[in-house]
Amino acid sequence: MQVTGEYEPVFTGDRRARLDAILTRYPTKRAALLPALWMVQEARGWIPDTAMVEVAQALDLTAAYVKGVVTFYTMYHQHPVGRHFIQVCTTTPCNLCGAEDVVRAFLEHSGCGELGATSPDGRFTIVEVECLGACGFATPVLIDDDFIDGVTVDKVRELLARYP
Amino acid sequence: MGYPHKPHQKETVLLSQYFGDPEARTYGGWVKRGGYEALKKALGMSPAEVVEVVKVSGLRGRGGAGFPAGVKWSFMPKEKSKPHYLCCNADESEPGTFKDREIMRWTPHALIEGCAIAMHAIQAEVGYIYIRGEFTEAIRIMQAALDEAYKVGTLGANAMGSGRRLDIWIHRGAGAYICGEETALMNSIEGRRGNPRIRPPFPAQAGVFGMPTTVNNVETLTSVPHIINRGAEWYQKLSLSNPKSSGTKLFSVCGHVARPGNYEVTMGFPLKDLIYDLAGLRDGRTLKACQPGGSSVPILDRAETEACLLDYEGCVGQGTMLGSGGLIVFDDSADMVYQIMRLTRFYAHESCAQCTQCREGTGWTVRILERILSGKGTMGDLDLLLDIGEQMTGKTICVLSDSCAVPVVSGIKKFRGEFEAYITGARKPVLAVA
Ligand SMILES: Cc1cc2nc3c(=O)[nH]c(=O)nc-3n(C[C@H](O)[C@H](O)[C@H](O)COP(=O)(O)O)c2cc1C
Ligand code: FES
Repeated sequence: MQVTGEYEPVFTGDRRARLDAILTRYPTKRAALLPALWMVQEARGWIPDTAMVEVAQALDLTAAYVKGVVTFYTMYHQHPVGRHFIQVCTTTPCNLCGAEDVVRAFLEHSGCGELGATSPDGRFTIVEVECLGACGFATPVLIDDDFIDGVTVDKVRELLARYP
Repeated sequence: MGYPHKPHQKETVLLSQYFGDPEARTYGGWVKRGGYEALKKALGMSPAEVVEVVKVSGLRGRGGAGFPAGVKWSFMPKEKSKPHYLCCNADESEPGTFKDREIMRWTPHALIEGCAIAMHAIQAEVGYIYIRGEFTEAIRIMQAALDEAYKVGTLGANAMGSGRRLDIWIHRGAGAYICGEETALMNSIEGRRGNPRIRPPFPAQAGVFGMPTTVNNVETLTSVPHIINRGAEWYQKLSLSNPKSSGTKLFSVCGHVARPGNYEVTMGFPLKDLIYDLAGLRDGRTLKACQPGGSSVPILDRAETEACLLDYEGCVGQGTMLGSGGLIVFDDSADMVYQIMRLTRFYAHESCAQCTQCREGTGWTVRILERILSGKGTMGDLDLLLDIGEQMTGKTICVLSDSCAVPVVSGIKKFRGEFEAYITGARKPVLAVA
């Protein structure tokens, strides 16, 4: 992987200072990789190859190594996603409480059509995820960084309206 | 279940006493409730004394394996020749389990205090709280509490004026159940893929960054301040049944119940009371099955459930495990075949793919179950599932592989009729193609 053409670096100014502060918490530079990738995703909405090259340079790693880590963790987006990324749990405990109906309601009201696809207006991407660690609050849904407990079919439309 | 939650009279609330009380989240509110007294006391004791108290208390790991916490701490080198680390396991991803989330959301300082005491006991200056990436709210609350603790000098270069350095940092995960496995967790902190490591070496010899490390669950660590404050004997005696299982335990009750939520009971509490009286079945429903310790423990049928006492030995006595205390309840409306298939999809998705038995076995199991659910299964498939389950057990670096086989094997054993109904056509297919 190589950076060609225009590339606007992620780690400048305030973000560079934050990364430097994070580096002091660990005895190795490599350990700052997950936090650095989170900062890229915050800034760009996903993690492009070009940013992996920048992260690799900042932490003395190879770009291939960084990509290997990115691909391991499901929360890092390797492709652009909708303006709002919606994760609905459908693992057994939530499934017993009707989580699949909640997913269907999200697909219907968002215009996404199918799981993993982005709505034509670019507003939503919806995915099913495995247990969110909130099984007593079925169905938990993560919309961007908002963790929402107890979503039922009748609440979906109103919930989506809060994310223009 | 919403908060504040009025405890049921049969609960014994220690860890969950302040769930739902927003004031308890703040440093001032926590101190007013007796917070950080235990840390002060512990810092006045020698590390060996703290380890001894926790050993005598009988506190066992609440993350799943139930290993005695004090004994684990005693494995750390006594003579410190290199940095020691504490890793707090807040990856909480075992389906059915949602207790650590509530501890962090409502009583973040209780966890910080528990971590700090443990760090003193194992002579660590740095601790990492590894929180799963999806717990955005818990991360915000924990970070705010850590900031407060640094501001007042409870943490930092001279923690509580003790001359000891205690630094605690949050390390955010990024979506991988396997990072709850302690050696995968350490790899993830180091900035690596979350692959479990072969043991030995054990973490106390060579853990995170190759240094002596102790990994403990959130609930384990949060129990420690109570033990320091009130003594090891008091903690032991809380148990209703067995001296080998002491103290209280949070059970996350979910699935087919009327009042899902966290219930804190003393060890040895009857499982049937937890289901029937505390969480309650839904109107007109009867109990079919449950998993008392998260999705990775053998499924109990109704008779076994009614006979089971909730402690480490009681669960083993019924052929299951206490695990993480995530209690998944299935009532008579549950389709066991479909729900077991959903569990296997979880494991297939979460396998790190290092070991062949796990990488291939989890996916193969899912495909066979999907075939059965689509009406295309054969009776031979059931034997095949059992055979694959056996090949997936006890053969891999970590037990994720075993965990996938467990619900399948126990499910076929106890609910074989439901599987056969899909195969014979007595039950209509619920999946289109396989
Ligand atoms: C696949 C797998 C996932 C695990 N997930 C968790 C988890 O999310 N949280 C946890 O505390 N322990 C988890 N464990 C158990 C840890 O490996 C470890 O035993 C535990 O954190 C030790 O803490 P304790 O002794 O205080 O229980 C998991 C184990 C395995 C094999
Ligand atoms: S199964 Fe849905 S949050 Fe655990």
